[in-house]
Amino acid sequence: MPINIQNLESPTRENRLGAITGYQGTIKDLVSKASGCALKNRERLFSQTSACSSGCAQGHLSGIRDAAIVSHAPIGCAADSIGSNVQNKWGNKVRNWENQNVKFICTNMTEEDTVFGAANKLREAIREAYRRYRPKAIFVTTSCTSAVIGEDINGVIDELRQEIPVPLAPVFCEGFRSKVWASGFDAAYHAILTWIVKPPEKKTNNVNMINFRGSAKDAITNIFARFDLKPVFIAPFSTIEELSRISESAATISICGTLGGYLGNGLEEHYGVPYVKSLQPHGIAGMDSWLRGLGKATGREEKVEEFIVEEKKRIAPELEEIRAQLHGKTAVVGMGPSFGHNYVRVLEELGLEVLWGATWHFDQQYDHGTCPESSLKLSSAEKDLPVSVCDQQNFEILNLLHKLKPDLYVSRHGGTSVWSTKMGIAAAMVADEYSAFGYQGLLDFGYRLIDTLANRSLAKNLAARIELPYSDWWLQQETFSLLEEAVI
Amino acid sequence: MAQVVEQMRHVCALGALQSVLAIERAVPILHAGPGCGQKLWDVLGLENGCQGSGYTGGHTVPSTNASEKEIIFGGTTRLREVVANSFKVLKADLFVVLTGCTSDIVGDDVAEVAKEFQEQGKPLVYAETGGFKGTNLYGHELVLNAIFEQYLPPAGGAIENGLVNIWSVVPFHDAFWTGNLHTIAGLLSRIGLKPNIIFGPGRGVNALNKVPQAQFNLLISPWVGLRNVKLLQEQYGTPFLHYPALPIGPTETGKFLRTVAQFAGIATEPVEQLIVESENDYYYYIERAADILLETRMMPRRFVTIADSFYALGVSRFLINDLGLLPETQFITDDAPVEYQKDIAAEFEEFIEGIKAPVVFTNDGGEVHEQIRRINFHSRPLIVGSSWERVLSKEINGYQLSVTLPVSDRMVLNRSYVGYDGAQRLIEDIYTVVLQDFQ
Repeated sequence: MPINIQNLESPTRENRLGAITGYQGTIKDLVSKASGCALKNRERLFSQTSACSSGCAQGHLSGIRDAAIVSHAPIGCAADSIGSNVQNKWGNKVRNWENQNVKFICTNMTEEDTVFGAANKLREAIREAYRRYRPKAIFVTTSCTSAVIGEDINGVIDELRQEIPVPLAPVFCEGFRSKVWASGFDAAYHAILTWIVKPPEKKTNNVNMINFRGSAKDAITNIFARFDLKPVFIAPFSTIEELSRISESAATISICGTLGGYLGNGLEEHYGVPYVKSLQPHGIAGMDSWLRGLGKATGREEKVEEFIVEEKKRIAPELEEIRAQLHGKTAVVGMGPSFGHNYVRVLEELGLEVLWGATWHFDQQYDHGTCPESSLKLSSAEKDLPVSVCDQQNFEILNLLHKLKPDLYVSRHGGTSVWSTKMGIAAAMVADEYSAFGYQGLLDFGYRLIDTLANRSLAKNLAARIELPYSDWWLQQETFSLLEEAVI
Repeated sequence: MAQVVEQMRHVCALGALQSVLAIERAVPILHAGPGCGQKLWDVLGLENGCQGSGYTGGHTVPSTNASEKEIIFGGTTRLREVVANSFKVLKADLFVVLTGCTSDIVGDDVAEVAKEFQEQGKPLVYAETGGFKGTNLYGHELVLNAIFEQYLPPAGGAIENGLVNIWSVVPFHDAFWTGNLHTIAGLLSRIGLKPNIIFGPGRGVNALNKVPQAQFNLLISPWVGLRNVKLLQEQYGTPFLHYPALPIGPTETGKFLRTVAQFAGIATEPVEQLIVESENDYYYYIERAADILLETRMMPRRFVTIADSFYALGVSRFLINDLGLLPETQFITDDAPVEYQKDIAAEFEEFIEGIKAPVVFTNDGGEVHEQIRRINFHSRPLIVGSSWERVLSKEINGYQLSVTLPVSDRMVLNRSYVGYDGAQRLIEDIYTVVLQDFQ
C-alpha cells in the first residue's frame, strides 16, 4: 500500500501491513502464511494491559529538541511525558547536553469536555505551547476521548495556522484504533513526513538514521565517516530544521524494522531517498546485511566490504571465547517483532540455543511489500523455530517460561523481565536499542549475558521468597489455551 | 483545575488502580484502552521512587484493552470474559473492576456485569474511574468508597475499643507511602491504640474486614479521603478525626499525638512520655548537626514547596516550625477541589511566630515555574518538589529535593518522612543535597 501524504492519518498496521497480535506455530509456518497474507489474527479470552499508539507517538516526538507536543486528552494520557522526560535526560547525558524539561502540554479533558467538546481548550493549549516554548513545530496528539467524542482537531489547527507561524501537525494516535502500539510510530512519522519534511533543494551525503535514544551515535558517526557519510539521528534529539531536510539525504537506514519502515518507505516513494531494507544491525549477519544495504544504496560497496572483513577478523578470536562460555545455554526471546526475530539470530551467533521466539506483534508485510527481512532470514534456517505472537501478554509468557525453563529470558519493553526473574530464570532486558550493535556490540552483549548467568543470586533469592500471582491451574494449562481460533 | 497542564504532577482517576494494588492480593481489572494501564503504572510504579509492579501490578494487570469493536458494539461481553478468566488465571482475594474513558463515554453497564459475579459470591467490586472524571486522588476516593459500599458487610457488628483505621497518604502517588503509614502505625501503637491500615505488606483483606469494627477513623490528610471517612460514618456510624497536616518533625508530631489522644479519650501520661523521649532523641542529633547547619556557607534560608497538599503543608510546617526556615510561595499541585481550598489555605497561616505562607493552587507546573522565576530569594533557595524541578533549580541556583510525584530521580524503599525519625531523614536528605552541591 503506497504511503499517502495527502491523507491526514496513517492507516493502522492491521489495515496497512496485515499485522496480528495472536499466533502460535513455527517461524516457517508464520512466514509462509504471511507471504500469501493468509494469516488471521487470533483473539484471547483473557488479556493484560499492553500499550497503545499514543504512548509510542508521544514518546518519540517529545524527543525532538525544539518541537512541542499538545496532547488533547484527559491527563492520564499525558502521563507518559514523565517517562519521556527521564528518557530524554538519559539521552542528554550521553551527549553531554544540558537538561531541559520535555515541552509537553495536556488539555486536561474533563467530563464536561466529553459532552460539549473542548475545542477552546485545544486552541488555548496550542497558543500556550507556542508562547511558553517558542517551538519550531507543534505536534497535536489525539486520545481515545478526543476521538470518541469526534473532536474536530483538524478544524482547530487549520484556524490557528494563520496565527502561529510554525508547522502545526495533527498526530492521530488514539489508543483504541490499533492493538499494535507501533501504529503510533507510524502516526508520528506520518505527521513528520506530511508537515515537517520539505522537498529537497540539494543532495547531501547525510544518512537518515532512524532510532530511539541513540547511545551508539559516536560509533555510528565513526563508521559512516569511513564511507564519507554523515548520520542524522531521527527523530529523538533531532531538530525540526534537520527533519525538514531529510528528503535531501543519500539514504535512510533504521535500527529497527518496525520503527523505521513508514518514514523510510515514505521518503523513498516521495523523494527518491533509498531506504535500506535489510536485517537489523545486531550481531554479525545483521551488521553485514545492514552495511551492505547502505553500501548498495549509496554506491559504496567496496569500502563497506573492506570494513566488514577488517572488523570480523578483529572480533573473531574474542567471539570464539565468548561462544565457548555460552555454548549450550538455552534462551527464550520476548520482544517486538523486528527486534525479536533479529535477536534470535544474535543469540545463536553467541552460541546459545533459542527455544522460543515470542514477539509482541507480527507484520505480514512491510510498507515496501515484502515479509520482514529478519523473519525471512530466520525461516530460511534449517531449524524451524517455535514462535508465538502476543501483545506482551505476561500470562502467556510466564506459562511458556514455566514449561520451557530456559537458562535465560531475553526481552525488550519494560514489564516482562521482572516476572521471569521472579520465576528464578535470569533475565536480560534489552532497553538500549544499540545492545549487540554490530561486531563490537555483539562481543559486549556476549559479556553481558555471561555476567547475567554468572551470578543468578537475585533471581534465585527472589524466586524462593515471593509468590507468583498465577494460579497452579493456569500454569498447568496448555500455554495457548486462552488463544481463540482465528475467525475467517 | 488549570485549563491546560504542563509537567504532570498527578494522573487521572484510573490511576487508582494502584490503590487497589496497594491492598495485598487485591487485583484491579481494567475495562479500558490498551495503553492506560501501562502509562499509569509507568508514572506511579516506575517514575515515582521506583516502586515497581509488586505482586500483580504493571503488565500483569488484567485489562480488556478496549478496541474499536468494544466502542462501537459495547464492551460488556469482553469485560465479562476477562473477569471470568481473571478468577481462573490469577490468585487474589479481591478484584476491582475499574473503567476507563472509553467505557464511561459509551456507557457500558459495568454495574450489571459486576452484579452477576457478586451474586455468585465472588469478591468483586467496580468503580467508574474514566480518566476525564478527575485525578488519581479523586479516583482513590472513588475506589475506596466502592469497596466500602460493595464489599464490606452491613452495619451491626461489634466495635473494638482502641481500634483505629488510618487513612492518609495515597499509595504509589506518595513514593514514601509504605514507610509513612508504617511510622504512623508505630506512633499510635506506642500511645496504646490499635492501628488498622488496609494498605501495604501483611494487611490485605483481613485489615479491610476490620474497618467496620473501628472505634474511629483517623484521616491525616488535607483533603483526600474526606469522602471516605464521611461514608464510613454514614455506613457504620464510625466517628472520624480529620487531622489536616502530615506530622513531620517534633512540633507537628507532638500536636498530632495530643490531638489523637484527646479524641480517643486515652490517658495523657504515656503520650507526654512518648513526646519527651522522642524529642530528647531527636534533639540529640540536631544538637550535633547544629554546627554544620549554622556555620556552613550557602545554607538555604528560604524555601518553596511545589507539591501535593500532603507534602506542601507537612514539609512547610516542619521547615518553619522546627528548622527555622522562611517560606516563599507554596504551590499545591494536586488539583485540590475548590471547595477545600479555603480550609487548606488557612492551614498555611498556622505557623509559629505569626509566619504566613502565600499559597497558590495550580496543577500546571509551567505556570508554577514562571512564578518561581520571578521570586527574588536573596540567597540560594531550597526547592522541595518533584523531579520536574531539577532543571529549574539549576537555572535559579537552588537546592532541590524530590519528595512528591514524580520522584523519578530517587530509589525509595521504606523511607518515611513522618514523625520524629522521618524529620531526621528529611534533614539528612536536604543537607546532603546542599553538601554534595559544592563537593
